Amino acid sequence: MRITVDGDACCASGLCVARADQVFDQREEDGSVVVLDSAPPPEHHEAVRAAAAVCPTGAIRLAE
Amino acid sequence: MTEAIPNYPFEQPNVLEPPKEWAETRAKCPVAHVRMPSGDVVGLLTGYEEVRGLLTDPRFSRNLEREGAARMSTTEDGGVFSRPSVGDVDNKEGPGHRRWRRLISRAFTVKKMEAWRPRIQQMADALVDDMVAKGAPVDLRAALALPLPVQVICALLGAPSEDQDRFARWSETLLTLTRYTQAEVDDAQREFRAYASDLIERKRAHPGDDLLSELTQISDSEDGRLSHDELIATAVGLLLAGHETTSNMILKMTAMLLSERERYEAVLAAPGLVPDVVEEALRMDANGGVGIPRFITEDTEVNGVPVKAGSTLFVNLHAANRDERKFPDPDRFDPHRENRAQHLTFGAGPHFCVGQTLARVELQVVLGTFVRRLPELRLRDTAADLRTREGVSAGGFEDMWVTW
Repeated sequence: MRITVDGDACCASGLCVARADQVFDQREEDGSVVVLDSAPPPEHHEAVRAAAAVCPTGAIRLAE
Repeated sequence: MTEAIPNYPFEQPNVLEPPKEWAETRAKCPVAHVRMPSGDVVGLLTGYEEVRGLLTDPRFSRNLEREGAARMSTTEDGGVFSRPSVGDVDNKEGPGHRRWRRLISRAFTVKKMEAWRPRIQQMADALVDDMVAKGAPVDLRAALALPLPVQVICALLGAPSEDQDRFARWSETLLTLTRYTQAEVDDAQREFRAYASDLIERKRAHPGDDLLSELTQISDSEDGRLSHDELIATAVGLLLAGHETTSNMILKMTAMLLSERERYEAVLAAPGLVPDVVEEALRMDANGGVGIPRFITEDTEVNGVPVKAGSTLFVNLHAANRDERKFPDPDRFDPHRENRAQHLTFGAGPHFCVGQTLARVELQVVLGTFVRRLPELRLRDTAADLRTREGVSAGGFEDMWVTW
């Protein structure tokens, strides 16, 4: 799995962090998304898929 | 012809049951025509994909201060969505909104909101202490649902929570559909702005460790990030949005769980379910207010129906949350449903609710506190007896009496 994010589209909801805080974080300055691990190990895949599904702006893209 | 256009918002059988028109319009008309309290006719979207699509598409404008845009309420200014901005406030959409939002969002990150959870828990426990000391029955709106979100947003902003009755009155007036006159709206707006302006002056003189002090310093630096008018509008907006919707949702969630008590008993038996129950309650909310408008800037179509430039569409987030194409058996309360958190209660797209993490933390704390401390909690009246606040765009209940 590879994660890419569209930082311009991100609305800083933090829903991704709430679901997968080992993979996503928020920037201190503006709350926008930070990907901590763009190729996360399999044990995080389900949480990452959930994070992508709830993202309010569709800013998280996954290539599986 | 005109008789065929139904009045909106539709009537609910009771506060917890959606209007029958939601399912009917979803099945028959991707874009239904309805008449707002102002008399203006708008297109109404009630399907999940249609609503989400409209909210995430930048061609559909949030700015209703435009020639020909439909008005919502009976006041001359058309209501909360079309009320003219004051001064140089330019943050409704586009780059201006993005600039404003990035400044505000950093105060509402998941980490910051989680750091507030213990303090919110203390506030909730103190309010429940008072309820228990006073004895049943109590009006849950007055005892907890209103004061808790007010205390939280006031602590976060650095405002005095003793003024909660004034915030509540101003907020309700500004959110009028049919309940208040233009003169009353103007008074509320002037008083609320003067109050926010005073508060900012005090933050300037004596800065504290709170959001408003931080924003005041940013505004005073005059580096283009936040103008003085935007600062005042932001203070008013956060005080209003920070308590009104959360307060209503605390009551609606509690009513949903207590009116069909097996729902409450399921959380009593498994308190770990609290976050999932909160999500399902947010999805099932049938009384979330009138919806959100968008002005259509170019000819387009929604699910095959042509929509002309210059028209106004309203999306009903809560009708979309009952779309069976997205949520199978949508009228069933099921906290185990896999996609329960994909509801549109907090919107979608670039304007997604800034305060939703805070709202979720507050709702989780409240439900967790009830489960721990008030396992015998019950509604005094039936769901059919609960009275909605009529004539206000945010919905909600007049009061809600509980026993335990």
